[in-house]
Amino acid sequence: MGQADRTTPADLVGATDATHFFTFDGRRVAARPGQSIAAALWTAGILAWRETRGAARPRGAFCGIGQCHDCLATVNGRPNRRACLVTARPGDEVTTQKGHGHAEPR
Amino acid sequence: MPSPGDPYDVAVLGAGPAGLAAAVTAAEQGLTVALLDAAQQPGGQYYRHPAPAARATRPDALHHDWRVFAGLRERLDAAEGVTRLYGHHVWSMTREAPGSPWSLHALTGEGDDDDASAPGTGTTVQARAMLLATGSHERHLPFPGWTLPGVVSAGGAQAMLKSGLALPGTRVVVAGSGPLLLAAATSLAAAGADVPEVIEASGYLGYARHPAALAANPGKLTEAARHGAALLRHRVRPRTRSAVTEAHGADRVEAVTVSRLGRDWRPVPGSERRVACDALAVGHGLVPRTELATTLGCATRRAADGTYALELGPLQETSLRGLWAAGETSGVGGAQAALVEGELAALAITARLTGRRPAPARRLRALRRRRDHLRAFADAMAAAHAPGPGWTRWLGDDTEVCRCEEVTAARVREAVADYGARDPRSVKLLTRAGMGWCQGRVCGTAVACLAAAAPDATPAPPDRRLLATPVPLGTLASLTPADPPPAAPDDPSEGHPS
Repeated sequence: MGQADRTTPADLVGATDATHFFTFDGRRVAARPGQSIAAALWTAGILAWRETRGAARPRGAFCGIGQCHDCLATVNGRPNRRACLVTARPGDEVTTQKGHGHAEPR
Repeated sequence: MPSPGDPYDVAVLGAGPAGLAAAVTAAEQGLTVALLDAAQQPGGQYYRHPAPAARATRPDALHHDWRVFAGLRERLDAAEGVTRLYGHHVWSMTREAPGSPWSLHALTGEGDDDDASAPGTGTTVQARAMLLATGSHERHLPFPGWTLPGVVSAGGAQAMLKSGLALPGTRVVVAGSGPLLLAAATSLAAAGADVPEVIEASGYLGYARHPAALAANPGKLTEAARHGAALLRHRVRPRTRSAVTEAHGADRVEAVTVSRLGRDWRPVPGSERRVACDALAVGHGLVPRTELATTLGCATRRAADGTYALELGPLQETSLRGLWAAGETSGVGGAQAALVEGELAALAITARLTGRRPAPARRLRALRRRRDHLRAFADAMAAAHAPGPGWTRWLGDDTEVCRCEEVTAARVREAVADYGARDPRSVKLLTRAGMGWCQGRVCGTAVACLAAAAPDATPAPPDRRLLATPVPLGTLASLTPADPPPAAPDDPSEGHPS
């Protein structure tokens, strides 16, 4: 089955085609109304938006329900937001969270 | 609705199948109900669905019993006396003395709230009776490469699909153990993902050892057959007695190694084969979320899969008088059991608070019988999918066990072998495993298994946590004296399940 004729989750449930846009590290990313930041990033093929505090390894959503905190991102300058819980809003600026997300240790 | 300052008759914590069934039943019996959930809408994990803004015209396409949920939601909308408190993250449950009202301390404003100036506003809800319907979270067993982007939890893949309409990749291997894998594989395939294999560490023959539990629950066999037919239709190959023992890739998963497993889940050397994929959804069953109750000293029982569930009386009351539980908190048993237990608990609470008989004896008897049948099936299921101790053999020295604090298997083993740690708490103090953001919810099982590997180890006790969710210090500081701080547990000797 080719990419073009694949069913999508949105087709399956008959969701609206409307989209809005936010940015991730400066790149434009489309989101559906009500979609979480993590879900919109997955749909754009982006799986990592955090670098761990220790080894600076890439991480993204793991548990998908706000428990594991692996998906922490910096949203509009505020670090440590769980991307799987936060709804993407038009014009949001999402950036990769490095370490604890603060420029200076607190 | 109670007058301002008066406690609700009952607070129901969790708006999944158990909590919804309980809330509508209690309200229809005339009680005032506070229904709390961390999510912004009802459904829990099982009936998770897109936000209203997605305007999904076929939300039922990712559910096989959506009608049940739609029915509950209609009753909820029609019921008077239910205050819906969504977006409430409850971090503590207290009461001043046995018999006095419960206080639920919650944070609002985390998650969906975009008001960066006021994150995590604190609030307190009081109720005369308390029903815990907090469900479960997934059990994880680490393996080399499991922290790679693209490796996601099976429940997480389900959740991100059901509400976020998102897939982690186009070719998704599903692996681990338990019935959730079949449900996840079925929905991923229906939503357009290529699912080459479902890899189950146990065999399904385990169920055959419990013929009575199967015979009493024909619906469960129908459910299994429906998943089987769907997988066949999507050309998904189920593999039993196998496990993903490594995920490969540089910055994201590109392939996994699948090994056959021996009797106790020990990987069979030489049986490895590689399966290409761009995502892996993995999980090893579910763990009841009971920490709000165990922190108060509630009695627990150890289920056949090694998890701790709340010990309940015949009408769903815990060992603390006035605190009831339904659904996965009383042992992972699925949505049907949760619906029955929620209704039963609500009828029991009504009887306690009003002093009158809430329902015909016939109805109570039928609910109890159905609950017992479903519980018997749940026990058979737990036994069939209990992790074998051999799984720790697929860990590498540098496999991260604790994802938050980046603690490797070698460091945990060192804490056990060289420093004498015999339980997760000692391992945590020595290595920081379980001390991070998730508070050990993800690594807890693995750390407990590694600590139990010592010859003189005893099984880890159930989790106790003073705070059930991260709380800003400012919120704690702003508690007024009228809000009792989370204090000493109630006296657990107060009573037995009744």
